[in-house]
Amino acid sequence: MRLIKNKIEHNASGTVTLCPEEPEDMWHAYNLIRPNDLLRASAIRRVTTTQETGSTSSARVHLMLEIRVKNLDFDPQSSQLHVSGTIVNETAHTKIGQHHTLDLELNRNFTLEKEVGADGEGVGWDSIAVQMLKDAVDEGGNRRAEAVAVVMQEGLAHICFIGQFQTILKQKVEMSVPRKRHGGGDHDKGMSKFFQVTLDTLLRQLEFNPSSTALTSNETVRPVLLASPGFVAAGFQKYIQSVASTTTPALKRLLPSIVVVHSASGYLHSLAEVLQSPAVKTILADTKYARETRLMDDFLEQLRKETNKATYGPREVESAVDQGAVGRGGGLLIISNRLFRSQDVAERKRWVSLVDRVRDIEGGEVRVLSSDHESGRRLDGLGGVAALLTFPIVDDIEDDE
Amino acid sequence: MSRHRVKAVSYDEDDFDDGYDSPDPEEQEFLQQCTTEVLNQLRAGDPPVTATRDEVQEALWHYYNDVEKSVNYLRNKKTKEVKKKQPVPAPVPAAKAKTGAVPVYPVPLSPSASSAAHFSAADFFRDAPWLNIPAHRKADILVEPLYPRLGLLGGAPESGGKVSKLAALAAARKKKEGEKASTPTPTPTPEAEKPQSSPSEQKGTPLSLRERLASNAKPQKPLEGLQSLRSLGKGSRLGSPSPQKKASPEPTKQNSPEVVVQSIPEPPVPVDQEQEEASVNIRAPPSTFASTIVGDATRPKMTEPSHLCANTLDLIKIYGQDFAEPFDFAGPSPDDVVLNAQSSAKAASKSGDKKSQAGLTEGMNNLGVEEKVNVKSKNLDVLSEYQKSQRKKAMNFAVIGHVDAGKSTLMGRLLADLKAIDQRTLDKYRKEAEKIGKGSFALAWVLDQGSEERARGVTIDIATNKFETEKTVFTIVDAPGHRDFVPNMIAGASQADFAVLVIDSGTGNFESGLKGQTKEHALLVRSMGVQRIIVAVNKMDSVEWDQDRFDEIEQQVSSFLTTAGFQAKNIAFVPCSGISGDNVTRRSDDPNVSWYKGRTLIEELEATEPYSHAVDKPLRMTIGDVFRGSVQNPLSISGRMDAGSLQVGDQILTMPSGEKATIRSLEVDGEPSDWAVAGQNVTLNLVNIDPIHLRSGDVICRASAPIANVTSFTCKVLAFDHLLPSMVDIHRGRLHVPGRISQLVATLDKVTGASIKKKPKIVAPGTVARIVVEMDQAVPLEAPTRIVLRAGGETVAAGLLE
Repeated sequence: MRLIKNKIEHNASGTVTLCPEEPEDMWHAYNLIRPNDLLRASAIRRVTTTQETGSTSSARVHLMLEIRVKNLDFDPQSSQLHVSGTIVNETAHTKIGQHHTLDLELNRNFTLEKEVGADGEGVGWDSIAVQMLKDAVDEGGNRRAEAVAVVMQEGLAHICFIGQFQTILKQKVEMSVPRKRHGGGDHDKGMSKFFQVTLDTLLRQLEFNPSSTALTSNETVRPVLLASPGFVAAGFQKYIQSVASTTTPALKRLLPSIVVVHSASGYLHSLAEVLQSPAVKTILADTKYARETRLMDDFLEQLRKETNKATYGPREVESAVDQGAVGRGGGLLIISNRLFRSQDVAERKRWVSLVDRVRDIEGGEVRVLSSDHESGRRLDGLGGVAALLTFPIVDDIEDDE
Repeated sequence: MSRHRVKAVSYDEDDFDDGYDSPDPEEQEFLQQCTTEVLNQLRAGDPPVTATRDEVQEALWHYYNDVEKSVNYLRNKKTKEVKKKQPVPAPVPAAKAKTGAVPVYPVPLSPSASSAAHFSAADFFRDAPWLNIPAHRKADILVEPLYPRLGLLGGAPESGGKVSKLAALAAARKKKEGEKASTPTPTPTPEAEKPQSSPSEQKGTPLSLRERLASNAKPQKPLEGLQSLRSLGKGSRLGSPSPQKKASPEPTKQNSPEVVVQSIPEPPVPVDQEQEEASVNIRAPPSTFASTIVGDATRPKMTEPSHLCANTLDLIKIYGQDFAEPFDFAGPSPDDVVLNAQSSAKAASKSGDKKSQAGLTEGMNNLGVEEKVNVKSKNLDVLSEYQKSQRKKAMNFAVIGHVDAGKSTLMGRLLADLKAIDQRTLDKYRKEAEKIGKGSFALAWVLDQGSEERARGVTIDIATNKFETEKTVFTIVDAPGHRDFVPNMIAGASQADFAVLVIDSGTGNFESGLKGQTKEHALLVRSMGVQRIIVAVNKMDSVEWDQDRFDEIEQQVSSFLTTAGFQAKNIAFVPCSGISGDNVTRRSDDPNVSWYKGRTLIEELEATEPYSHAVDKPLRMTIGDVFRGSVQNPLSISGRMDAGSLQVGDQILTMPSGEKATIRSLEVDGEPSDWAVAGQNVTLNLVNIDPIHLRSGDVICRASAPIANVTSFTCKVLAFDHLLPSMVDIHRGRLHVPGRISQLVATLDKVTGASIKKKPKIVAPGTVARIVVEMDQAVPLEAPTRIVLRAGGETVAAGLLE
């Protein structure tokens, strides 16, 4: 995402103009835009006019519309963001108060305005929003570290793209592979069929050009992680090799980027294990994903070792913060960004204030995990918020009940 | 488009509807008048006809109150109905039968003259040289007659009782034709009904195309004048190498529109022969083909009927249907057929509108792209059949243990020694195994059938094998020991009545196993309800049958197993060696083993008491495998029945897809059977279901007592690892789905089950807790089911659904 114009006032209100450049930016926009914000973007609207005679004509017109956001709809599969709301600026074709749904498009600027009302009913550009904005307009340029993972087991494969901020399950391949039987070659046949379908699907998702003319192209290939329990992933790699050496030589381009990793099962939540494996760590050394996964693992490890020095759940964490346990010297608040996406302003304020308090007053560390990663999902399972404490506290909440 | 216009339309519609629905009194009155008028006319007419008021009113409605038309229609209809009611007389008096038998088709008697102008194939091919093939070159042509089949292509199966209307019509028509054939060939002219040609005779005699053509026409004298025409072709025929050139009759020929007249049946009637002798013919006899096309009558006759006459076949006769046959107009015209069918259908629909509608909907329901296969059920009382049957007791046992403990080899040895596998196959395995440098794996290959398993020397998936002792039929479920394949092991253990835990007694191997899958497997089978466990301390030959080693292992393992919940009396230890076969089926003759006085492995197996299964509960069976059984059974599933019973022809429901299927046939332990009960290993051959709805792990039940698909359940589990809200894999037999622990409800007291702490933050290993598990997809689960929860490749908890 490119920052075009930044006019954030001291009182946290102000406008920002942004230009999304890649699909993941839509996810950032999804996190930045909140209900009640003002969003200005180009739109195409069908305008119907009625003549005096009663005949009607409709035309599609390009407009610059500003809407007050009511609802967001994000499709992670195709990275599309639809923002609906009521129009606040009058144009030749629209009236104030009419509804419109803006479809944000890549490489088209949009302007986002957040207001803080006179008596502070809006949230404005709070610390989290500013942090998100910084993440979104990462100028470092090392954002592109992406990988494709195929988590598979017999008859089941999940093809997912691991981005900086989200893991997108692109496609699931599910087939019934016959089990081994006496004197039956059905199993081997079924497996090679399964491999074939998986490879076809993978190439389609990679938008990989398997024609022989593409053999010389210098297009970089993202690392492809094949993960499975047992020998399925290794078998799949062998299958790709055999296909590359027989029918599709262009696949040879893909071969060096393939890494075979072990995973406990073919389901998506095994990705955590995949990302922690040494082979993958060298490839994706410092991706946000890997960091987040390690963070979650550390937390769970701590929870196992010493139950009272780690806690999770909204009320438990808040009470720990109240007791000053999430402070300097190892205090760590882990929070899922799902909580900031809440429709309810008060709810969002509650979490933002918690984060601010830990960071600014208590002196603890705060990590915001992307809920679209596997680690974030694990955190969501724990209520979306967890904390490592500086000293053990007695959880007396249960006793109250 | 514009709003007001739409509104106006809707208003109009309302108006229109109002007028239409409520009957106008004026119209009603007019209708009454018309009805009485029609009824009067009908009664007055000749012949007098009676009709009900309703019929009259309906007719009037159809004819827009036109009295005259309605009267005509009703009269026609009634007279037809009266005719239909007349009994069908036997087809003895031909002419009478004609009118009596088929009143549905008012047959216009066709004038005989009209058939005279028909094109004759005989004339056309008259002088073709290939008509005169020498007799010795004629072949016997036997063609299977193509009987017109009943029913429509792709329609209802012939066996299925219901025939479509169209098919019924066709059948009726065919029947009528049959009747017609049994009467003299339908010729309305008296000449055709010659006394000498009795119906049966006519039917029996083969008729050529030409004879058929001729039979309709009046008999005529041969026309001599045509002989000259015939002689045109003689030149070429003279040279034909016929062995017997005999005087043959000059065929009666004509080019005139009149038809050849020769109603000569085959073999030729003497009268004709006399005629034939009159002229001399040097031409060769025609070929079979020619005579088939043209007929015997026209071909040059031989003075005596030769054996070659047998060659003459009537193609038309063979094919049953003569397309070139001149239509005799004796039957109803095609238009009549259609009209009659329509009118009768109309009558039927009027008489029972509702009935026909019901039939129609039924017909619509029967429509489908796929052909349903009907399997007849024998309606056995399976439970009483089961009690009656004198079977050996049957038991399944799972073979578990750490990887490379020698599970597959031990079982291979058992099967080889009990002759469940022949020596030749074993030798073959041995040779092949040695070829790839894995000679010691030969016995394991009996069970490790997969190519990958053999190449890597590790069991990947469960293998089942059957063997029999004098008293019992055992089914081995050989489970993989590798930690990655624990899901497969769970699937195998869920089919087991008891377990054989194989332990590698080798130094260091036992210790690593106890930390690894020896422990995990033992806990798993226990938590899946297995009570009895036989510990086979394998590879004793590698430690020289050291008794101290055995005692050490026995002591450690038994203490572990008792903590895992096995009762001491249900644990047995056997020192053995799979590779040499000592103490497996035979007592070891090694002097080092003299210290062991206990039972061998096979004796321990036989000492196990069989378990009872819930045969009278509703049917439950987890699908272990979906495969293509054979050409006859393109879709088969296998598995062990958990509860209930089933038989051939039963309809079953698969969950979670909720699709129905029919059991075409089934096998119990590889033997075809008509029924099966819980506890048996069955293969079901299914029909009427798409394989896409079947997956291993699905549950089969009956539509009357279905298993519910759930997305969330509460269960009481024993934690093997720390439990906290997290992602887990849920296993139940073959069923393997992702899910997450969403809630830790409480930790429970192990003995009393009372709640100790509500909403714990984390559940420590070894404690019992009540938890809520949620899944993304609906899964067939019901209480009480034993489930296993795994995460990160390790079993974290096992328990019972509540």
